[in-house]
Amino acid sequence: MTAVAENTEVGRARLRKEDARLLTGRTRWTDNIAVPGMLHMAILRSPHAHARINSVDVSAAAAAPNVVAAFCGKDVAETQGVLACAWPVTEDIVMPTYLPLAVTEVRHVGEPVAVVVARDRASAVDALQLIEVDYDPLPVVLDIEAALAEGSPLVHEDKGTNKCYTWVFDSAAAGSGGDVAGVVADAEITIKRRYVQQRLIPSFMEPRSVIVEPAAGEGGSWTVYSATQIPHILRFLLAATTGTPEHKIRVIAPDVGGGFGGKLAVTPEEWIAFAAANRVGRPVKYTETRSEAMVSAHHGRDVIQDLTLYAKRDGTVTGLDVKLLANMGAYLGIVTPGVPLLGAFMYNGIYKFPAYRFECTGVFTTTTKTDAYRGAGRPEATYAIERIMDELAAEVGIDPMEVRRRNWIRHEEFPFGTVAGLTYDSGNYEAATDKAMQLLGYDELRAEQAARRESNDPKQLGIGISTYTEMCGLAPSRVLGALRYGAGGWESASVRVLPTGKVEVVTGSSPHGQGHVTSWSQIVADQLGVPFDDVEVLHGDTRTSHKGLDTYGSRSLAVGGIALVMASQKVREKARVIAAHMLECSPDDVEFADGAFRVKGSPEASKTIADCALAVFAAHNLPDGVEPTLDSEATFDPEGFSFPHGTHLCAIEVDTETGEVAIRQYVCVDDVGRVVNPLIVEGQVHGGVAQGIAQALYEEAVYDAEGNLLTSSFADYTLPSSADLPDIVSDRTETPATSNPLGVKGVGEAGTIAATPAVVNAIVDALRPFGVIDVQMPCTPERVWRALKEVIA
Amino acid sequence: MIPAAFDYIRPSTVEDAVNALADAGEEGKVLAGGQSLLPVLRLRLAAPALLVDLGGLSQLRGIREDGDMLVIGAMTTHAELAASSVPLLAQVAATVGDRQVRHRGTLGGSLSHADPAGDLPTAAVALDAQMVLAGPHGRRTVAASDFFVDLFTTALAPDELLIEVRVPKLQGWQTHYTKVGRTAQAWATVAVAAAVRRENGSIAQARVALTNMGPTPVRASAVEQALAGVAVDGDAIAAAAAHAAEGTAPASDTTASAEYRSHLAKVLTRRALLAAVGR
Amino acid sequence: MSGLFEEIHEQPAADVPTRRVSITVNGDKRVAQVEPRLLLAHLLRQGLKLTGTHTGCDTTNCGACTVLFDGKPIKSCTMLAVQADGHEVTTVEGLAGASELHPIQEGFKDEHGLQCGFCTPGMMLAAKALLEENPDPTEDEVRWALSGNLCRCTGYQNIVKSVMWAAKKMQAQSAS
Repeated sequence: MTAVAENTEVGRARLRKEDARLLTGRTRWTDNIAVPGMLHMAILRSPHAHARINSVDVSAAAAAPNVVAAFCGKDVAETQGVLACAWPVTEDIVMPTYLPLAVTEVRHVGEPVAVVVARDRASAVDALQLIEVDYDPLPVVLDIEAALAEGSPLVHEDKGTNKCYTWVFDSAAAGSGGDVAGVVADAEITIKRRYVQQRLIPSFMEPRSVIVEPAAGEGGSWTVYSATQIPHILRFLLAATTGTPEHKIRVIAPDVGGGFGGKLAVTPEEWIAFAAANRVGRPVKYTETRSEAMVSAHHGRDVIQDLTLYAKRDGTVTGLDVKLLANMGAYLGIVTPGVPLLGAFMYNGIYKFPAYRFECTGVFTTTTKTDAYRGAGRPEATYAIERIMDELAAEVGIDPMEVRRRNWIRHEEFPFGTVAGLTYDSGNYEAATDKAMQLLGYDELRAEQAARRESNDPKQLGIGISTYTEMCGLAPSRVLGALRYGAGGWESASVRVLPTGKVEVVTGSSPHGQGHVTSWSQIVADQLGVPFDDVEVLHGDTRTSHKGLDTYGSRSLAVGGIALVMASQKVREKARVIAAHMLECSPDDVEFADGAFRVKGSPEASKTIADCALAVFAAHNLPDGVEPTLDSEATFDPEGFSFPHGTHLCAIEVDTETGEVAIRQYVCVDDVGRVVNPLIVEGQVHGGVAQGIAQALYEEAVYDAEGNLLTSSFADYTLPSSADLPDIVSDRTETPATSNPLGVKGVGEAGTIAATPAVVNAIVDALRPFGVIDVQMPCTPERVWRALKEVIA
Repeated sequence: MIPAAFDYIRPSTVEDAVNALADAGEEGKVLAGGQSLLPVLRLRLAAPALLVDLGGLSQLRGIREDGDMLVIGAMTTHAELAASSVPLLAQVAATVGDRQVRHRGTLGGSLSHADPAGDLPTAAVALDAQMVLAGPHGRRTVAASDFFVDLFTTALAPDELLIEVRVPKLQGWQTHYTKVGRTAQAWATVAVAAAVRRENGSIAQARVALTNMGPTPVRASAVEQALAGVAVDGDAIAAAAAHAAEGTAPASDTTASAEYRSHLAKVLTRRALLAAVGR
Repeated sequence: MSGLFEEIHEQPAADVPTRRVSITVNGDKRVAQVEPRLLLAHLLRQGLKLTGTHTGCDTTNCGACTVLFDGKPIKSCTMLAVQADGHEVTTVEGLAGASELHPIQEGFKDEHGLQCGFCTPGMMLAAKALLEENPDPTEDEVRWALSGNLCRCTGYQNIVKSVMWAAKKMQAQSAS
């Protein structure tokens, strides 16, 4: 399959088609939408981390001004449905029932307990204060190690344990490598480290919002507007868990704000709004406040990593053992248990050592559930391996980049079967690294670092390295099935050519800031030889886009983009037959170039796609057996993942007196394969890097001993602003993926995956002469100061 | 989020404002710039029955001279203060919140709110500012050091308003404010306001005040005493700054521990003093 | 508000009188009857249907609701509608002319200064206020001027470039 007929659009820094509306305020965020007769809903949430609900009295709220209905979980226990987890990672996984509105017990602060529906939002919120709930507090479970100890209070009493699952990968058992136990004896160097991935809050800027228009009587249908990344999955699960016929549910994801995995969820609020709309028989809208989002929308990370790295004295790694404890929170979201598994295949990074073992135990606590957040599993893995490679370099006394060179897969060794059982199809770590080192001025900075160390400068300089790869483009359905994921990984696209030759494209991906309308137009313009502006991209409405698996896991281009190429090619081949008929020759004698079909050898006569579309519309003179349509549909399911890689470097000044750190330079060279739109790719890298830096330096969700989230607003959960982040110098190398016909790889998460270890490595690098080997994230001024103080004392 | 319902008045004289507050008693709350009050109302952490909006009191806005003193109206915004030449306060006001907040937030509001992490209260204490309060029984003046009583608590009676702040012109003084916070718009973890008057190459007088080193802004008196008469010299200043945490009672919270705050106070005191004297 | 008929905010929950406010929004005089607790952001979005102004937090941190109030940037979630009585407000809907974008909007498009676009209106209004005060800012000045506006998509890199682009364009325009 040749991917690209013409190559005038792909690779071009096209300005975005999406922007005109967004720049002028002519937007359709869910909260902007008002449907006729719409009521407003407010939710009463648990103030306790763990409590039994004895009774809920909504009578006073129901009688309050402008209130149409008030109810609690018990009132809708039969009809509200349940929230499903799509990834039961092991056969014996513990899967608790997850109800939208709690009925008998609450298990985290912020869990929905009761609801008011009113004619306006203020009245609904006011009436919440009139609801009386009688709780019996139960013991909280917060620490994941303590939760596994004998006699710990239980989050789900009926399950008899706080352990959700234990999942193991062993390269010896998998046949992808040796036995880690076998390398222990011969290891000249053994390095053990514990790293802690703090809990993060995805903090999408647009709060989640949902409107449900219920069926108007028998045979009617439901329309659900939601600020979601996954309209198709939402429809499927709403149907499957509430018993509502799937064909009667239309889900619309209108303008949706990013995302970052935080909206890769089916939420209690969507289910409750659905139940409320059914109960009152009128459309119901719910828009969360930020304070609600912080306690109710899922969190990310929250993993303790125990690593043991085995190596030879020359710096060659011989084996890696990884043990994780992953905090699930109180319930399992759509992919909660699977998030660590997405990292399981990445702890070996870009390196080729022979033995690897991974074990992860998921643990329940009385906290907000965790689930996918940008990178999902891979940032944790990359952080661990890239941090410990620096430790190895220090141990053997060579430059940390050199130790990486000694272990990484060389470009001539691709495709490479890794110890974790994946096949990396392509890559060139040397090229990306050389470019990044040059951009940074690596050698000059090492010289400056030495001088500062020499002079005991209170501001020390550190250089951080992250040579990462990641697996994305989620994807291959067979692999996902083997990992017990409940759905496939294909993506769908359709292309229809209108009578005037304009093109409508329908994609199953569901963009929320990624610019699919622009990039998809570029791809189709090349495939069909039509102008960029003649392509319209439709998405985010299950009535137009009936089939899709939505946007997450850096999958949209590497999977959905290929479906689009395939659909375009089907249209082109249909058009070829029609063009040949009009040109009075055999289709085999027609070639397609410069946007037109021509008879080989006689270029004067030509037919464009538009000519064919008009011929199809009239249908007066089509070849026998040719249907009068010029449209197509395609679904793509790749054979493998896509493996972006790159080298991120940063130079950080550490104020050894205050512990403050300042990123002086940040350089990244990413290889995301062939690039459709460099402007958009660069934007994804910037945003990803910013979130990676934010994990390293700024963000952390903190609970008190009673299970209250202390960082429950943007005043306490410190997101970096423009003044807190550095100028990012980004560049690329381009090693095309061989796993798909466009040669593309994902880019949405790469920056986040790469940046965090680069930053922390730089801080530790600055302080290593003092004896510092770790600073726990986020590396606040106090933590940096304390790390220094502990080693100096 | 939506605040609980309240009534609202916007008086045009100080007297009317004071009378309205007196009538409302505990149920009344003053709205100045609203940058601290409105978030509290939105989160429903408070639900006053009446807001008395001082936005109509244009007479409380602006800076005038009165002999050796500068008199700053309580409704002067941070942005206006930042653009002025009021010693220390101009620099401090420019570090409060962000630009949007500085266009609405007022000096009087910030001082009356008395957040221990607030920047302007520290500057007021460093400057020995005089707070002019208006109440039903007339006006009284309270020294800044007596104005801040406790966490979010001032000497203001419920029916009193802070109407103006009088600060010395401090001719011949050099000042500086140094602050460490988690992010650009975050509250100070710790900050230090320093003012120094030099005579013949040595420090004749110094004033040092600390932000977030206790429930109220505090003067680092031990530092001030140690500085009196010493040479303008890095070592001498460092030695004096080492006393910065004496007598303080910083809190431990999600931003930092008391121990770290005490350490930071010393480092930042030295840096603020050095910056003030141009070292 | 205008029109022959308009439903008054249903029976107010609390026993407080509503107020009549008159605010010039994007050059048009708009009159509304409001409860004192109504936030300016909510009046703009729900009352005046100017949904380009967004609210993203409860604590005056995110800046998505930034509008110009008498030409100065403020957070409209941290001002009551009654406080805006008699004043002028500019929202994102008032930025562009009928046919052409404001140079700041052009800059954001040209430099890919937005992804999901949720923070963008607030960012652009904060940028407009900056450029009126300081037509030739450094990148660092832009970063500090926008520090009250959070963005989660762009890492701010291209937002800064967008504002620099607009500054250049606006300077060229005023020179010619």
